Amino acid sequence: MSVPRYWRETKYRYRLIGQMCAQCGGVNFPRSGVCSACGSADLEEAKLAETGHVVSWTVVRNPPADYTVYAPYLVALVELDDGVRLLTQLVDIEPIKMKTGMRVEAAFRRVKVDGDSGIIEYGYKFRPLIE
Amino acid sequence: MKTVGGVGIVGYGAYIPMNRLRASEVKRVWGGSGTPIEEKSVVAMDEDTVTIAVESARYAVRRAGIDPQEIGAVYVGTESKPYAVKPSGTVVAEAIGATPHVTAADYEFACKAGTEAFQTCIGLVSSGMMKYAMAIGADTAQGRPGDALEYTASCGGAAFIFGKKPARTLAEIEGSCSYVTDTPDFWRREHEMYPRHGNRFTGEPAYFKHVIGAAKELMGELGTEAGDYNYAVFHQPNVKFPIKAARTLGFSMDAIKPGLIVPFVGNTYSGSTPLGLAATLDVANPGDRILAVSYGSGAGSDAFSLTVQDAITNDRRLEPAVSMFVDRKRYIDYSVYSKLRGKIVK
Amino acid sequence: MRAVAVAGVGLTKVSEHWEKGLKELFTDAAHKAFEDAGTKEIDALYIANMGAPILQEQMHLGAMLADALGMRGVPALSVGAASASGGVAFHEGVKAVASGFADCVLVGGVEKMSDGLPEDVLSVLAMAEDQEYTAYTGVTNTGLNALIHRNYMETYGATAEEIAMFAVRGHEHAVGSKHSQYPFKVAIDRVLASPMEADPIHMLECSGVGDGAAAVVLMPADKAPEGVEVAAMSVATGPYYLAGRKDILTFDAVKTAAERAYKTAGVTPEEVDLVEVHDETTIAGVVSLEDLGFVEKGKGAAFVADGCTLRGGEVPTNTFGGLKARGHPLGATGLYQVGEVALQLQGRAGPCQVEGARVGLAESLGGLGSTCAVTILRRS
Repeated sequence: MSVPRYWRETKYRYRLIGQMCAQCGGVNFPRSGVCSACGSADLEEAKLAETGHVVSWTVVRNPPADYTVYAPYLVALVELDDGVRLLTQLVDIEPIKMKTGMRVEAAFRRVKVDGDSGIIEYGYKFRPLIE
Repeated sequence: MKTVGGVGIVGYGAYIPMNRLRASEVKRVWGGSGTPIEEKSVVAMDEDTVTIAVESARYAVRRAGIDPQEIGAVYVGTESKPYAVKPSGTVVAEAIGATPHVTAADYEFACKAGTEAFQTCIGLVSSGMMKYAMAIGADTAQGRPGDALEYTASCGGAAFIFGKKPARTLAEIEGSCSYVTDTPDFWRREHEMYPRHGNRFTGEPAYFKHVIGAAKELMGELGTEAGDYNYAVFHQPNVKFPIKAARTLGFSMDAIKPGLIVPFVGNTYSGSTPLGLAATLDVANPGDRILAVSYGSGAGSDAFSLTVQDAITNDRRLEPAVSMFVDRKRYIDYSVYSKLRGKIVK
Repeated sequence: MRAVAVAGVGLTKVSEHWEKGLKELFTDAAHKAFEDAGTKEIDALYIANMGAPILQEQMHLGAMLADALGMRGVPALSVGAASASGGVAFHEGVKAVASGFADCVLVGGVEKMSDGLPEDVLSVLAMAEDQEYTAYTGVTNTGLNALIHRNYMETYGATAEEIAMFAVRGHEHAVGSKHSQYPFKVAIDRVLASPMEADPIHMLECSGVGDGAAAVVLMPADKAPEGVEVAAMSVATGPYYLAGRKDILTFDAVKTAAERAYKTAGVTPEEVDLVEVHDETTIAGVVSLEDLGFVEKGKGAAFVADGCTLRGGEVPTNTFGGLKARGHPLGATGLYQVGEVALQLQGRAGPCQVEGARVGLAESLGGLGSTCAVTILRRS
């Protein structure tokens, strides 16, 4: 697991930071060289909304190599309240209780661990709203 | 130690994982006579002390309504830090946006590691060295399979942000003190997965000597007695100890009830007194006085006397109360618990 | 630009070829293609592969396989576009001949998936996506398909059974095919009873793990009178992130590549006699048919369930089994598709023959449709 690769993304993953386009006001995530809506390069860092709803979801039952210990886990396409969509794991809910459209909020979790001696990668996952 | 300059708590936050292991499950596997509590909280596969600390810290920052860049210190007190070398505090500081102009470190003093950090934060803030300082008590401490402590060793944490007037405080700290001696009642050697303890030695010479000692010293210095307090929070390794401490000092059951979450959550170690205090602040009213006394094996107690401020009522509904985390649960059995706690490995 | 023809086809059986490595499998297909074309004098070699750098820890396949063919000196390169590598490599080969840069080219795909453990193969498949924000969630390629599958059912009211029929049709078509991995029928009940791979997609709705190599020889059309003309060839990319797509039920890259290809070839979907689509999952097959213009958006599942994609039907689809039943050796798949279309148009498809086929289309996808290569072949 590459330390620089992980470290480079920590701020954006920990705090859900994307980019706002000065031209069209669109919000992009993840960050990119140009605005995905209008193509402008006039972009500034912007905080994303931390709540949203589930557009679609699945349960990964046969994971790729680094994720086997977490199986089975939910993955969803979430649309945040500011219109940005992102892919994320869902936690603290059973597949049987899942409903498209349910409200979710950002949580902070371990994403993967490099064995017993490597680094622990943290990042965002989403969970049903605690309210 | 009387505080200087109106130091208080400007924000606090809590987090308890969802999974619960019933004490009856431990008994089913290992035998034994009674069960000291109902159930305890257990982390999910992707949770640890750092994730609990971050969740607590985030809620604290939101409740405080402050710019995290103004937090000058982030301390995590724990006995289950994921890295032996690499502070949990740095991850928390990054996750809340307090870096880079911040000091960060992890504290260890068994179950009072979090409140140890409270003392430091009070000093940092009242000296004027920084505007805000955050102390977190969080743990995912391991219980040895089949040991009495396996019934209660659980996971959770709470974060407290300290500031001083003119900052808006939810509760002001009138004074604090620490009472520490070299008492080996419970310990864990480096590289060991599970702690060991002196069984009944953990009672009178350890927990009670230090908790009562700290409480009496603080109340003596402030000139207060049990009757002057609406609430009291004592470290809760089980149900019996905090009730006995309360009775000894003259506090009623009503006074300790809001903070007594151990029957349904277990002993969150460094999270124990911080969570108990958070749960008490969730229901306290302006003008109420709270005594909070932690205990950490090794051994020592930190005692704090607080008066609740008017600002507390505004914040009551904004962030989840501790009771919501207590009630948010799903049950697991002993085999899943063993997997989650790394006792059985793929 | 001159017309190009597929002058020879060589396909190995898709299977777990434990005893053969990349070199052996590739040369098997290459020699078959040379024999079929009647020549091995090539001016350039294009390799299609996805997983070798990880699964075999092997890069630099162009030079390695040119050497394995005894063709040192020949320009050779490996083309990478995830599971669209086959289609995109074909595109590069066609360009070389069409432009006059080369007079005879071998385009060959090879993949040895069985060398990897299942979880490592899944990691490789996920490498088609952004590692930091897509693969990072632990979502598998099938998981991404599943998000589309669920949304498709909820949006258009298609049933799980209708979509799952895509796999049943593929298996029906594979019967009698010598190179297909699973040349037997599979009933719908068995598909729906198979364990969930990534809810709501069942295991038997997903293409499996297999090894294979497929090669075609390309020449100027006037040098290959028995060959099949490349009427059009188009590659397009689409939005890389599923989360960045306005409509997750449409593969923009497929629409773009198809529109360009139809225009170049001067044909409409109605004039296409058979189509090979990229059914890495049943839903991918359904959406592909829609975005290629064979059926209206939202009606694809019913179209398949009603039998319209059978050999005697309106749009014969995946005539040797497609990715599900013929197999999906990642980088080689796009060349299996092109080779199969060529065999159909030449009347050499045996029990899998679509009668009177004159125009065929192959759709190769990479990274959940962020790369698409569309090829239209025509029997002159």
